[in-house]
Amino acid sequence: MYNLDITHAPDAGGHFGKFGGRFAAETLMQPLKEIEEAFFEAWQDEAFHTERLDLLKNYVGRATPLYHAKQLTALTGGAQIYLKREDLTHTGAHKINNTIGQGLLARRMGKKRVIAETGAGQHGVATATVAAMFGMQCDIYMGREDMARQMPNVLRMRLLGANVIPVDSGTATLKDAVNEALRNWVATCEDTFYIFGTAAGPHPYPLLVRQFHTVIGQEARAQCLEQAGRLPDVAVACVGGGSNAMGLLHPFRDDESVRLVAVEAAGYGLDSGQHAASLAKGKAGILHGNLTYLLENDEGQVKGTHSISAGLDYPGVGPELAYMLEQGRLELEASSDDEALEALQVLTRSEGIIPALESSHALAAGTRLAESMSADQIVLINLSGRGDKDMNTVFKSLGWLEDES
Amino acid sequence: MSAPITTSRLPAVFERCKQQGRTALVGYLTAGDPDVSTSRELLLALAEQTDILEIGMPFSDPMADGPVIQAASERALEAGTHIADVFELTKNVRDAHPDLGIVLMGYANVPYAMGFDLFSQRAKAAGADGVLIVDIPAEEGHICDASLKQYGLDRIMLLSPTSTDERIQLASDCASGFIYYVSLNGITGADMGDMQSIHDKVNHIKAISNDLPVCVGFGVKTPEQAAQVAQFSDGVVVGSHFVAHITQAATKADIKPALSASAASMRKAVES
Ligand SMILES: Cc1ncc(COP(=O)(O)O)c(C=O)c1O
Repeated sequence: MYNLDITHAPDAGGHFGKFGGRFAAETLMQPLKEIEEAFFEAWQDEAFHTERLDLLKNYVGRATPLYHAKQLTALTGGAQIYLKREDLTHTGAHKINNTIGQGLLARRMGKKRVIAETGAGQHGVATATVAAMFGMQCDIYMGREDMARQMPNVLRMRLLGANVIPVDSGTATLKDAVNEALRNWVATCEDTFYIFGTAAGPHPYPLLVRQFHTVIGQEARAQCLEQAGRLPDVAVACVGGGSNAMGLLHPFRDDESVRLVAVEAAGYGLDSGQHAASLAKGKAGILHGNLTYLLENDEGQVKGTHSISAGLDYPGVGPELAYMLEQGRLELEASSDDEALEALQVLTRSEGIIPALESSHALAAGTRLAESMSADQIVLINLSGRGDKDMNTVFKSLGWLEDES
Repeated sequence: MSAPITTSRLPAVFERCKQQGRTALVGYLTAGDPDVSTSRELLLALAEQTDILEIGMPFSDPMADGPVIQAASERALEAGTHIADVFELTKNVRDAHPDLGIVLMGYANVPYAMGFDLFSQRAKAAGADGVLIVDIPAEEGHICDASLKQYGLDRIMLLSPTSTDERIQLASDCASGFIYYVSLNGITGADMGDMQSIHDKVNHIKAISNDLPVCVGFGVKTPEQAAQVAQFSDGVVVGSHFVAHITQAATKADIKPALSASAASMRKAVES
């Protein structure tokens, strides 16, 4: 059974130390407060969890397996590598844990329409899926550049009945999709619920997204104890905004022996200026409703980012990860585009599992860490999603397809 | 030389309008749009017709703005507008208009990156009276209130149709200068909401808000709308409608006359 206690909660205003908070336009303050109240009320309600956990089990397919990747371990040499198989969830990524939770909340609040931003399209697909199941109208905001590189997911969303709205403003990627979704929500908040896709944004989103994803770490922790008889030494997850990372890492926070590692996208390299490593290279700033680490210039203008993976291509990061880093409870790693591509191929060939490019960043860093550890140690890696959506990008990078551009 | 003015001019602006039996006209332009030198001319021209000038600080991610002001921010940044230019333009306007109310408007990350102490000091030195930061509600005022106060800058607070009585009280306690009522649930440049409900909400806010002047904006596009809003508010804010002249004009030289004519007709509307 899952532990439903809310530990390491932010303060009443949603602050994790100096990070987080609710830096929102006035029009959104009341709708955000209503979501916060609905969330806390639902979280106390047994019926809410009964329905949620039933859906997670019988619709999403949880618990997802914890897989001891023996071939990959042998190939790497070093610590035992265990993979948390979020790629096996319905829709193919961890994102659905959150959209089930927020979808139930939206229905509970009587909202008829949901909106979401999406980068890789996984959150968009997961939102469209829940909207289809609950019979809600669904509009998804997606940067035009991301639509091009994640076309299969765009088509899946359309098939699911969602309206995918291209975003051309700014850099035409995830941050601009968030801007556009916020602009729409300001005008529609009376009948519309904004299903936010990551553990960032204004309070209560970082908290509620975390809570809806902690099933990942809670299962992994119990499965690791059962299969290996002990806790992992290191838990590793990639970070776009931080939802799969908080989901995996949060339940290990009080296990002092477990190192918690967040892997950012190093793009063309951390010193290239073309990456998405907000924790490693950013500074504290305010964007999308929260105070967190941002990639920005000296005058607070937010920078365009680069990553081969659309889901990591975001200049901010969840405020709780910023806080954990500052507290010394989080270690940072970064994987480049090339390292992620390489890790994707290594896992595919050694284990027959094709991971998402996002998750491949965690794999690259996780195997690097495992290499320097001993065989009686354990590295737990969150395989946050499967790679189907990325095949076009991967084939092009390998030179197997002609690049039309 | 006279002693530097350390208090805000905003109360005097509203007092003057009241004595003259009219409603204040508040005009908005983004600093540096379409470039710094044209922007200087446009701000100076708009200052001729307005009681309060809102000078927008361009930002990469203007989340509460519609297409017109988003594009203005993008043009200003592309033209290389820096925060130093925003202060410089503010000072140019101040030097030409000693009694004008000037409010710097924008998003939190720009002043946060500079540090609110330094930002407030420079804003004050440039001649600003107040600051309006869209994404710092009263609850998050801990990051800026002390600095603004130290430099005698008013904090203009936004209220909207979704603001509850509790929030109206909270914002009023935090605000000085005036309250900016956003007349609709939406972004800048959208269509105005129903006039009667705006009127009712303004009255309601005035009853709660410690006698602060209430200005109404978002969506005022015609002199008729401005005249109607002027009947029940202390100030009418016109933004996107003025900014739109920058792209509507055939050449840069055509912007200023069009803007001046447009501002003059708005001015006439709020005086009637
Ligand atoms: C498979 C997968 N993993 C990770 C991410 C990154 O998001 P987050 O940091 O919220 O987990 C995404 C985002 O789209 C994703 O699709």
